[in-house]
This record gives sequence, structure tokens and C-alpha cells, in this order.
Amino acid sequence: MSPSLKSGEVNLGTTIMAVKYDGGVVIGADSRTTTGSYIANRVTDKLTKIHDRIYCCRSGSAADTQAVADIIHYYSQMYAVQHSEPPTTKVVASLFRELCYSNRSSLMAGIIVAGWDKRDGPSVFSIPLGGSLHKQPYAIGGSGSSYIYGYCDANYQDNMNREQAIDFVKNAVALAMSRDGSSGGTIRLAVITEEGVDRLFVPGDQLPVHWEG
Amino acid sequence: MASVGTGYDLSVSTYSPDGRLFQVEYAGKAVDNSGTTIGLRVKDGVVLAVEKLVQSKLLVSGSNLRIQGADRHIGIATAGLLADAKHIVKRARDEAQSYRDIYRMPIPAKVMAERMGLYVQAYTSYSSVRPFGCATIIGLMDEDGPQLYMVEPSGTYWGYQACASGKGKQLARTELEKLDLSNMTARQAVKEATRIIHTVHDEAKDKEFELELTWICEETKGRFERVPQSLVQEAEDFAAEAMASDMEDDE
Repeated sequence: MSPSLKSGEVNLGTTIMAVKYDGGVVIGADSRTTTGSYIANRVTDKLTKIHDRIYCCRSGSAADTQAVADIIHYYSQMYAVQHSEPPTTKVVASLFRELCYSNRSSLMAGIIVAGWDKRDGPSVFSIPLGGSLHKQPYAIGGSGSSYIYGYCDANYQDNMNREQAIDFVKNAVALAMSRDGSSGGTIRLAVITEEGVDRLFVPGDQLPVHWEG
Repeated sequence: MASVGTGYDLSVSTYSPDGRLFQVEYAGKAVDNSGTTIGLRVKDGVVLAVEKLVQSKLLVSGSNLRIQGADRHIGIATAGLLADAKHIVKRARDEAQSYRDIYRMPIPAKVMAERMGLYVQAYTSYSSVRPFGCATIIGLMDEDGPQLYMVEPSGTYWGYQACASGKGKQLARTELEKLDLSNMTARQAVKEATRIIHTVHDEAKDKEFELELTWICEETKGRFERVPQSLVQEAEDFAAEAMASDMEDDE
């Protein structure tokens, strides 16, 4: 049986996204957390650090994804000390996949893993509901993502630069937030490169505005 | 040997008064009785070679392998009790596969050596088991290139440029030390390995032997493989020639 939210369970009815560009990745998410129609948190941070240069974007049950991220955070730290080097994004994504797949009947977690590592440079992996693992140039997820598949496919380009990638994520997430009732609030972004991680924030009154009718 | 141990050698869970574990040392003796095993780490690969003493002429040649694969990129050569060696190789295969399952990557040498070391060490800690009567030479290629490790019956392991174990280990090590390993190709190393195995073989004491030759190198695309027959022949010729000229020098 596929999992569903229990009554009152906190949902990340969400828009999340990650885009690879030359030299790094940009990840982004809205900030709305809901229990039914009630917004439990309007400034949530759905971008969760797994290792120094590896983040995940969480969608689905807040409890499930937090638990999974905590466990993988622990595994990643163990990996780093045992191998005396940080795990690659691929390794972390494989760990997520293992956990999400083997517990697929009880988890509600759609996760995007993105990061920078010495071996592969920037990379993006998507792990949707069933626990499959997909390497992609960009990934979108959460309830809001259904509204922006067309926009993303039309506007994504290979070899974008940092600013182009940031604008792409910002616009796509803003569009999803304006159509999806379960997404909204602010946009949280992170840019991950060899140099480190930059966290960016777009307040709710400074979102990019598109046609609103 | 009449009074060695005197009660302190009955169990691995008992130290002797001067802090030794006799059972572990005896396991080392089992290794020392075995045909010589050597490993060479060179610039583009690893070569493993074994002097497999043939117990009976009735045995099918190529059976009872002392060098086996544990993954596509891992070769394991053993010296000592073959039955124990097979158990160790099974464990190595399980470790390699479980690492792949979890991390979706081939297991790195360091991790494999550490895990095998831990496993072997556990068998020196309980009175209900005996230590493994074999030394394990692990050759593999990972992201950092060719790697060579040896795990001893005590569970200790070290990384090597070249290592030897079994009957002829002393002589083999002296021969290995003479080589310029870091500038050698795997092809050349196969020849030197063959020569060394022939050199250490004691024709007076031991019967026939079969040469097991394997390599993991750029030529095999990082995969563990037995050395092709054509190169084995070339190596045998090289060894025969080198030994003949050595004889002349002696005269």
C-alpha cells in the first residue's frame, strides 16, 4: 500500500528544484509547511545540509524527510571519517535511494539531492516517491512542480552561468507558488560550488511577478 | 617444540606471560609452509603470482585456485590453508558486493583491506574459534590507481609496493627489493613475478608446481584477469633466460 498522510500530519506540499550550471548547482524551494489548509510554518527551510557541499531538497511528509535526512547526514559523516574524504554527491544520493526504496511502503518522501564534489563537479539527483534514483541536469519536485514542467523544459539551457541559473530557479519556483495552493511564502535558494555554499533569500513581497490575470 | 607454550598456546583468548598469542603465531606457521605468493604494485597495475605446489599428479591442472576474484577490479592471492582462503575470499566478495549495494561504487582498496583486517582479527579474540591459517594479498585498482595490501593471520594489514608470503618469502622479498617498481609496467612485472616464483621454487624439496599469474592493469581496463597464455609463455621464456644467465654468473 502506498503511504498517505495521517490526519494532522505536517505536509511539505511544496515546490523544490535543483539546477546544475557551469561550476555549481543552484537549489531552491518555497517556504510553506501545511497541516491540511493551515499554514504551520510560512518561513520553512526545506533545503537541508547533508555534508559540506551536498544539500537535499525535501518534499512530502516533514517528519519522514527530516528523519531520512538526519540518518543520511549521519552516514555521510561516517563515510567521511572512514574514507578520510568527503562523500561524492552520487554516494549520498545512493544512500538516500537505499533508505527510500527499502522503506518505500511506509515513507512519503520525494527528495532532490544536489551538490558539488571533486570527482564529478556539480550534480543533481532526483529520488521520487517509489525510491528510484535519477541523475538529471535539473530536477523539480513537490506538488507545485506539476505547474512548471512546461516552463522549465522551455527555459532550461545547458551551460548556464550562476546568475542565469539563479534567475531560472527563482522564476520557476515563483510561478509554481502562484498556482499551487500548497506552495508559497518566500523563496529560499542555495548556490553550491567548489568554494562553498551561498544561501540566498527572496522575501514574499519581492517575488518575481508574472501574469496574474 | 617440546615445551613451547606450556599451556599458554591452547586458546587464542589466553596471552602468554610475555604478551604473545601463540595460536596466532602457529597460524603464521601454516602460512610459512605454503607455496610462495607474491604481489607487485607497479605504475599501471598490480600483478599477483602464486607458486602452487601440486599435491598429486592426478589433480586436474588449473584446479584449487589460490588467486581468485572478489569483484571485477579485485584479485585475492592467498598463502596457507586453502580451505580458510576460500572462506576469506567469500567474505571479501560479500564485502565488495555490500559496498556496491550501499554506495553504488566499487569498493576502494583501503576500505577492503580494513574490513578484511577487522574480520580476520575477530578470529584471534575468541576461544571458540581458531585464527585463519592464511595470509591474504589483495590487489586492486581503484580511483587512486593500483593498490596492494596484505592481511596477516593476526588481522594486521599494510599497504605495499610489493609483498611476499609463504615458503620462499625471504628470498622473494630480497628479489622484489631490487626492482624499480614505480617505473615498471604491468607487462614487465608479470615477467619479473614469473622469474621470482621460479627463483624461489626449491626443486630439491618440493614437487612440481603450477604457476598462477593474474593481473589488474590498464591493459585489462582495470579488471581482474588471468594473464593471457601468450604473455605467460613470454614470461616463462624471460624467466628461463634470466635464470640461465644467473647460473653462468655463479660459475
